[in-house]
Amino acid sequence: MTTRIYVPRDAAALSVGANAVAESFRREAEARGLSVEIVRNGSRGMFWLEPLVEVETAQGRVGYGPVAARDVPALLDAGMLEGGAHALSLGVIEQLDWMKRQQRLTFARIGVIDPLSLSDYCARDGLKGLKKALTLTREDVVDQVLKSGLRGRGGAGFPAGIKWKTVQGATADRKYVVCNADEGDSGTFADRMVFEGDPFMLIEGMAIAAYAVGATKGFIYLRSEYPHAADVMGQAIRLAEQAGFIGPDAFGRGKAFDLELRIGAGAYICGEETSLLESLEGKRALVRAKPPLPALSGLFGKPTLINNVLTLAAIPYILAEGAQAYADYGMGRSRGTLPVQLGGNVAHGGLIELAFGISLREVIEGFGGGTASGRPIRAVQVGGPLGAYLTERELDLPMDYETLAANHAMLGHGGIVVFDDSVDMAKMARFAFHFCAKESCGKCTPCRIGAVRGEETIDKIIAGRNVEANLALVRDLCDVMTAGSLCAHGGLTPMPVMSAIERFPEDFVPAERKTAAE
Amino acid sequence: MTVHVAWDESLARELIDERTGLEGAMLPILHALQERFGYVDSRAVAIVAQALNVSRAEVFGTISFYHDFKRQPPMGGTIKLCRAEACQARGAEDLVEHLEHEHGVEIDGGYQNGVKVETAYCLGNCALGPNALHDGEIYGKLDPQSLDELFALVARKAGARQ
Ligand SMILES: Cc1cc2nc3c(=O)[nH]c(=O)nc-3n(C[C@H](O)[C@H](O)[C@H](O)COP(=O)(O)O)c2cc1C
Ligand code: SF4
Ligand code: FES
Repeated sequence: MTTRIYVPRDAAALSVGANAVAESFRREAEARGLSVEIVRNGSRGMFWLEPLVEVETAQGRVGYGPVAARDVPALLDAGMLEGGAHALSLGVIEQLDWMKRQQRLTFARIGVIDPLSLSDYCARDGLKGLKKALTLTREDVVDQVLKSGLRGRGGAGFPAGIKWKTVQGATADRKYVVCNADEGDSGTFADRMVFEGDPFMLIEGMAIAAYAVGATKGFIYLRSEYPHAADVMGQAIRLAEQAGFIGPDAFGRGKAFDLELRIGAGAYICGEETSLLESLEGKRALVRAKPPLPALSGLFGKPTLINNVLTLAAIPYILAEGAQAYADYGMGRSRGTLPVQLGGNVAHGGLIELAFGISLREVIEGFGGGTASGRPIRAVQVGGPLGAYLTERELDLPMDYETLAANHAMLGHGGIVVFDDSVDMAKMARFAFHFCAKESCGKCTPCRIGAVRGEETIDKIIAGRNVEANLALVRDLCDVMTAGSLCAHGGLTPMPVMSAIERFPEDFVPAERKTAAE
Repeated sequence: MTVHVAWDESLARELIDERTGLEGAMLPILHALQERFGYVDSRAVAIVAQALNVSRAEVFGTISFYHDFKRQPPMGGTIKLCRAEACQARGAEDLVEHLEHEHGVEIDGGYQNGVKVETAYCLGNCALGPNALHDGEIYGKLDPQSLDELFALVARKAGARQ
C-alpha cells in the first residue's frame, strides 16, 4: 500500500528547508523500498512548526514538525508512516487545539489538499460555488454577496456587494475583473498562502465575479516578491483553462472569461487600486484622483471590479453555502471570518482564521503564545505599515472594523506584528516616514516632501535637539499629510507616527533624560 | 539558477514582438527583457517605444518608476533583505549592522565580493523572519551565521560566472 506524505510547498515552509526534507523522504523511501507518495501541499499556517510533515494514517493525518532533512531516517525508524511516536510528533493535526479553535472557511482546504489537483479541489466543495452561481441570474449572485455582508479585505473594508452592483450596472462593451494581489503590508501573508495553497479557489471567485458583473477578462496583479505564488498560480490558470471553467466558453453559450497573471515590479504603492490599474496599463503607477470610480471607469477606462485576494476567495463559499451561512459569523457590521496573520516577535506565528470579534490578546497570547524572545510585549502594530501601534494595555480590543477605527487604529488586511520591550518607538516612527517617502508615488506634495521632512524631524528628536518644538512640528506635518494627501499612503502614514508618539511618549524625550530614567 | 545573456538587439526585438499584442504590454515586456539580460538596456527604450507607440520618455519613466527594473548589467548576485516592521521585530536591523561590519556591505549600495544587498519590504514570511530573497528562493529565520552562508553562496556563484 502506498502511504501519502505531505511536505508543504508554501514559501514559509520552503524558507526553512521544506524542499530538502521532501528530497530526503524521497531518497530514504527509495533506499528502504517503501511505497510513498509525496504530496506538496500548502501550509496549515502553523509556521513555527514548518517544515510540518503529515502522514495519512488510519487515525487521520498525523503531523511531525519542525522536521529537518537529517531527522528523516529517525522518523522512518520510529514508524512515522503508521503515525509512530517521535519527539517531533504533534498528533493528529485536525485535533490540535490551535486548529480546532478556528473557523476556517476560506482556509478550509489550505494545507489539506494538493493545490494543483483539481480532483482534490472538487472533492472538497471546489467549483460548487461557481456551479451554483451559473444557475442564478447575475442580479441574484450580486444579491448573495450583498446579503453576506462581505467587506473588502484589502484594507478599506468597503462592502463588496455594493461595488459589484455598481460594476454590474455600468454599461460598456468590455468590463474587467482585477484581483489585487499586491499584498505589500508587512505582517501579511494570507494572499500568498491562498496562491500557494488553494489557487483554484481564487480563480473560481474571479469567475463568479466576472459572471456577476459581466466581465470577459480578468487580471491578477501579483507582487514580484512572491515567485513561488506566481509559479503555482501560473500552473493553476493553465489547468483551469484545460478544464474549461475559464476560457472561451467559461459560462456556456460561448460566454468567455479569460484570465491573465501579471507580475508587479517592486512598488508598494501599486497595492492602491488606481495605481495598480495604471501599472497594469503599463505606466508609471501614479495614483489617480477619484472620481471617476474604477467601478465605472477603471482599467483602460472600462468598468472594472477590483477586489483583494481574500475578498474574492470568500466568494465560492458564499455562493455554495448561501449568504446567510457566511453572515452568521462575525459581529456588528463586520460579518464572516477574518484570516488573521500573526507575525513579528511572536512564539507561534501564522495564519488564524476566525470570526470577527475576537480580542487581540486572545490572538497574540492564546494562539501566539506571547513573544518569541520571551520578553514582555511592548507594542503591537495592527493593519500593516499604515496601521497604528497599540500598547499592551489595549490588547483586549475586539478585532472588527468599527471598534478599531473608534480607537484610532485600523484592521487593514488583518496583519498583526508583535514587538517586545527592546523596541524603540521613535525609530519605528522614523521608519514609518522613511517607508512613506521611499514608496511614495510622488504625485502630491504632502506625501512626497512631507515624509522626507518627517524623517529628518524625527532624527532631530532622536538626537535630542529641540524635542518639544520638533514634536510640535511633526504633529503639524501629520495634520497636513492627513488632510492633504491624495491617497491613504500619505494620508495614513500619520497613524503609525502619531500612535507611536501618543502611546509611547517616553521614547520621544531627549536622550539624556531617557538614560537618566533607566 | 538564472543565467543572463549579453545585450542582443534581435533577441530583444523578438522578446518585445512576442508581447506587443498583450493588453498593457509594457510591464510584461520589461520583465522579459530584464529576465533575459539581467537589466533593461537603454538601447531597448526606443524599440519598446516604437513597438507600443508611446514616447521614449514614457518608457524611460516607467523603467525608472519601479524598484525592480535595473538599468545596468548585474555584476554579481543580489540578496534582497527584508527590512519591514515584522522582520525588524525579529532582528533584521542587527543583520544590517552585521553585513556592514563583517562584510563591508552598504545596503542598496554597490557590489561587495560580487554580492549586492538590497532592501525589500516584506517577503510574506513575517512569522519566520528575518528573511531574504535570492534568485527566487526565500531564506527564513536568518541569523548572522546563516546570512554569512547565504552571502558566501552568492559570492561563489558570482565568482563562478566570471
Ligand atoms: C498605499 C495603499 C496600499 C494598498 N495596498 C493594497 C494591497 O496590497 N492589497 C490590496 O488588496 N489592497 C490594497 N490597498 C487597498 C486598495 O486600494 C483597494 O481598496 C482594494 O484593492 C479594494 O479591494 P477590496 O474592496 O476587496 O478590499 C492599498 C491601499 C493603499 C492606499
Ligand atoms: S499620498 Fe503619496 S502615494 Fe498617495 S497619491 Fe499622494 S504622493 Fe502618491
Ligand atoms: S516583514 Fe519581512 S517578510 Fe514580512
